[in-house]
Amino acid sequence: MTPLKHAAKHPEIWRRFSPRQALLRYACYLGIVAVAVWSVSAMDITWFFLLDAHVQALDMATRMWPPEAGYSRKLLTPLIETIHIATLGTVVTVLVAFPVAFLAARNTTFNALTWFIGRFILVASRSVNTVVWGLLFVAIFGPGPMAGIWAITFRSIGFLGKLVAEAIEEIDTGVVEAIESTGASRLQVLWIGILPQVLPVIYGTTVYRWDINIRESSVLGFVGAGGIGIVLYAAINQFRWQEVSVILLAVFAVVILSEFVSAAVRRRIT
Amino acid sequence: MLKISGLSKVYPTGAAALKNVSFSVGEPKVVTIIGPSGAGKSTLIRCINRLVEPTTGKIMLDDVDILALNRHDLREARRRMGMIFQEYNLVERLTVMENLLSGRLGYVGFWRTYGRKFPAEDVAAAFALLERVGLSGYQNTRADALSGGERQRVGISRALMQKPDLLLVDEPTASLDPKTSRQIMRILVELAHERGTPALVNLHDVGLAQSFSDRIIGLRSGEVVFDGPPEQVTAQVLTKIYGEEDWSTTIRKVEGESGKPDKPHSESEESMLRESLA
Amino acid sequence: MTTTPSLSDRGNTPQWHRIRTIENPWVRRGLVAIALSYLLWSMGSIEINWGRAADGVPRAVDMIVRMLPPDFSRWGLLFRGTLESVQMALAASFFGMILAVPVGICGAGNLVPKPVYLAARGFIILSRTFHEIIVAIFFVKIFGFGPLAGVLTLLVSSTSFISKMLAEDIENMPPGQLEAIRATGASFPQLLVYCVSPQALPRYLGVSIYRLDANIRHSTVVGIVGAGGIGQVLAASFSRYDYDFALAILLTIISLVFMGEFFSNWVRNQLR
Repeated sequence: MTPLKHAAKHPEIWRRFSPRQALLRYACYLGIVAVAVWSVSAMDITWFFLLDAHVQALDMATRMWPPEAGYSRKLLTPLIETIHIATLGTVVTVLVAFPVAFLAARNTTFNALTWFIGRFILVASRSVNTVVWGLLFVAIFGPGPMAGIWAITFRSIGFLGKLVAEAIEEIDTGVVEAIESTGASRLQVLWIGILPQVLPVIYGTTVYRWDINIRESSVLGFVGAGGIGIVLYAAINQFRWQEVSVILLAVFAVVILSEFVSAAVRRRIT
Repeated sequence: MLKISGLSKVYPTGAAALKNVSFSVGEPKVVTIIGPSGAGKSTLIRCINRLVEPTTGKIMLDDVDILALNRHDLREARRRMGMIFQEYNLVERLTVMENLLSGRLGYVGFWRTYGRKFPAEDVAAAFALLERVGLSGYQNTRADALSGGERQRVGISRALMQKPDLLLVDEPTASLDPKTSRQIMRILVELAHERGTPALVNLHDVGLAQSFSDRIIGLRSGEVVFDGPPEQVTAQVLTKIYGEEDWSTTIRKVEGESGKPDKPHSESEESMLRESLA
Repeated sequence: MTTTPSLSDRGNTPQWHRIRTIENPWVRRGLVAIALSYLLWSMGSIEINWGRAADGVPRAVDMIVRMLPPDFSRWGLLFRGTLESVQMALAASFFGMILAVPVGICGAGNLVPKPVYLAARGFIILSRTFHEIIVAIFFVKIFGFGPLAGVLTLLVSSTSFISKMLAEDIENMPPGQLEAIRATGASFPQLLVYCVSPQALPRYLGVSIYRLDANIRHSTVVGIVGAGGIGQVLAASFSRYDYDFALAILLTIISLVFMGEFFSNWVRNQLR
């Protein structure tokens, strides 16, 4: 058959969407764009500042160059403190998040109330940023790494707890039933039936969170909660830009290194 | 008319996949390439449309020197060669019709393809092909909802949508069960003959190759060790291609049932279509 | 039931032991020892004023007392700050989504040449490394105080996050589909529209909506360094020891995040 004969016999028009579907799609696009336009225009933005932004940026760049290499020696102590805050905060998190996760998982919680409490702790913990937690704990413990550790802990509970709770909800129920049928106590079921199944998730997320926490603890100093952020904040406020660039390089190196370590560890254990 | 001469491919690892391969394919003929895994069958097919860049040699498609083309001209040459894959390689989340129309991408401008506004004759041709391969009414089904056999029929249709001068077919049945494999090969061979398009088919199944091809090329370690009609494939030939083994049960009676129709006539076409739909 | 035939082949069955993450016992014990000694060192070396810390408990009690009940009387201020945060999150998500498309495509190693790939990946790594607050400080220095600096901060982090996910998604695509579309003689833009886009779109939308929810959370913090939004109000109330107002703000943020999460889950379910 020639193409012409086909053309006579078969429909020549094909549309991916029916007119109704197409209309709905365009309405969706239009809605999204409208929301974006509204949010930009309703914000109190001083567009005037955009005019000299490139001048400001260039000015800052020239002041930051060259980095003051000699300054880097003074950074070792705060850098180590930053890592310590992240690590200790993560360790405390594991201890706290684990019981909370059991409360927040539907299949291991006691009743609706404990489930709600567990969920609320997780949501509240994640809603409040590490730095805001830092503000709170600096007010309680005074400035220093102690406040930083607690800030890290309180933010990480939500992260770790949520992922572990999801892992608990997805475990193989057959194993749990088998152990329950042997007459094991609730604690024994947790210990033998559930814990081994979620252990890889706990290891993985803990290491992952540790490397996020390194990044977070690098700015906790801005509110006085210890670590390299204190030095960085001081340097910025006193316009010592050449020191700022050294600090940024140091932070960059530590964060990249921790990300590398965390990725390597996770590859090994999962 | 495809003419390959002195084609070689050495991978960066140093492995020589093809060694001085020469042959030509012309007129509506179905040529199958058989050979053990790793003999270079896939590499050979992919060198012809330069999905794999050959190391040396010459490939002529009619009077076009494929290996001398720049990027733009290569696109034009590629649209003259329809390709069919083992894993079907349909775009899973697109509908059957979109997958068919993707065969026209080389002919239609970017904005028309973006809006899915293909020329009317392309749409009509796509509907005709769907009917021909027994998938009428499937145009709005998503490709990931199809069975293996159905996917491969879409794959064949996509290649034919290009109105190609040559079909490159890479293990079309390796992921299918024996019955569906025969159905797919039958459709493929019929369509190649109907449209007068020569086809170069990789097959690992010697039985299928013997039933459905006009000519068989045996490849071993990147070299052509046999080139001739299916009747000449004897135990000695298979030993030469694959190595020592008892071949008596593999070689089929070529005089017996042959799946390849000499000339397509509508009655047998209808019955085959019914069978292929079963 | 009295005879147990399995008893006789007990000698052949291997000893049962717990499955360990790390099989080699010496490596395992060594790692545990290293971890423990590091913990001891970090606890010993960190400077903690224990007297001040001990004061913390009564201080915390005092603070909680002063927080209660939360003071919603300045709801106008609260509402304006919250609205600004939401607007910042929406704008940053929208433009981040758009910018992430070219960056994500350039970051996919199977589509683009090496130099382009390295440039895109470099941008992604660089902006992921620095915490939002550090970026915000620089934008405040360049663009002045206010939401513009905040939006740009969130924009940078959204772009790098979405494009990283997009790039990984494209790299994980089955290579056969790309090969098949290339074999039809399609141009690069057609390849994007006909193969990459349909395969990557659902997850890209999902990630973008997740990012909207994350941006709502982050928008509450960039204000601390003066980049607009509810965070700015919160930082001010803390510095004035206005704890009952601070609690009101915190509760607002929590419910906002909760709603954002609910919305993003709902949309993601609709998409699938």
